[in-house]
Amino acid sequence: MKQIFDLFATFFRIGLFTFGGGYAMLPLIQELCVDRKRWLTPEELMSVTVIAESTPGPVAINCSTYVGWKQKGFPGALAATLGVVLPSFVILYVISQFLDRFLRITWVANAFRGIQVAVALLIGSVGLRMFRNLKQDLLTRVLFTAAFCAMLAIDLLSLRLSAIVLLLFGGGVGVCVWLCRKGKNGGDGL
Amino acid sequence: MILLELFLAFLQVGLFSFGGAYSAIPLIREVVLSHGWLTDQALVDMIAVSESTPGPIMVNMATFVGATQAGLPGAIAATIAVVLPSFVVMLLVVRLLHPYLEHPGVRAAMHGLLPTVVAIILATGLVLLLRALFPNGFSGGVSWQDCVIALILGLSMLLPARRGKKPSSVRLILLGAGLGVLLYGI
Repeated sequence: MKQIFDLFATFFRIGLFTFGGGYAMLPLIQELCVDRKRWLTPEELMSVTVIAESTPGPVAINCSTYVGWKQKGFPGALAATLGVVLPSFVILYVISQFLDRFLRITWVANAFRGIQVAVALLIGSVGLRMFRNLKQDLLTRVLFTAAFCAMLAIDLLSLRLSAIVLLLFGGGVGVCVWLCRKGKNGGDGL
Repeated sequence: MILLELFLAFLQVGLFSFGGAYSAIPLIREVVLSHGWLTDQALVDMIAVSESTPGPIMVNMATFVGATQAGLPGAIAATIAVVLPSFVVMLLVVRLLHPYLEHPGVRAAMHGLLPTVVAIILATGLVLLLRALFPNGFSGGVSWQDCVIALILGLSMLLPARRGKKPSSVRLILLGAGLGVLLYGI
């Protein structure tokens, strides 16, 4: 029981003191879970990060679930995940109750006009950084260009097509290309 | 039934957002616009708040949208839904699937998925920027104040980027807020 509470408290701290989302949490997770509590080895943290990238959802949840499970099974995973989510939940719930009234103040509304530009640029800069980390080959470029144009068309022409369709298409093309190559290499020149 | 709608919508977001919170933004945008829960402007305000408060950004956004649509129960439904897929997938991975992550088929799927994710994020950033610069639609003309803000913010982002550092998002949002007050008045 004590360890379950410890998991909850540690991840509560991680949730409360990191700004900027999942990847910004990794340094604190490393400090608390790897260096101090020795719940994870550095190699494990690395592999959790890799798994986090190939599974959907918030990176923080991947980490808390993995660490909690390793220490105390399902109750541990639940406690750690609850811990990392709770600060966000409480803070955003409280803010949501008065943001509307807050935005009706003229200078606040003006501040948020500037903030809107900042958010758009931020999203763009994150996208650019991710683009630079991509493996640059033909498949990547073709899929990137196709998805970029499709997403712009969906938005600007208000098409009723979900981005999820684009994601499924991208993943599907990746698998098809792999299967074709496999067929060519394994089939003795067929 | 709004709670069920919130739950299903954010379950979808949690299930299809690969590569961190920013990949969830296009999906959340799609959800809130199609249900008429938030306008583009309210959405961007909400993203700014989620960015400047602690914790996972996706959880922040889910809690916020849920709370504004259906109070505390809505916030709980949306938050559980956005967390659930990665919780379950992670449990499956540690118990059963670990070897499959190295499977060439899985990596081939990721190889196709990642450029698509990045393209969707970049296109969304571009659309949101255009919407900020042309607040009344393309025919309504460009807002010069927002162009000045975009120019200054863009330059301020180049400085840390050239030193190889990630520009701090909280600092950028605060700078945007300051410029907004400065150019649009108090």
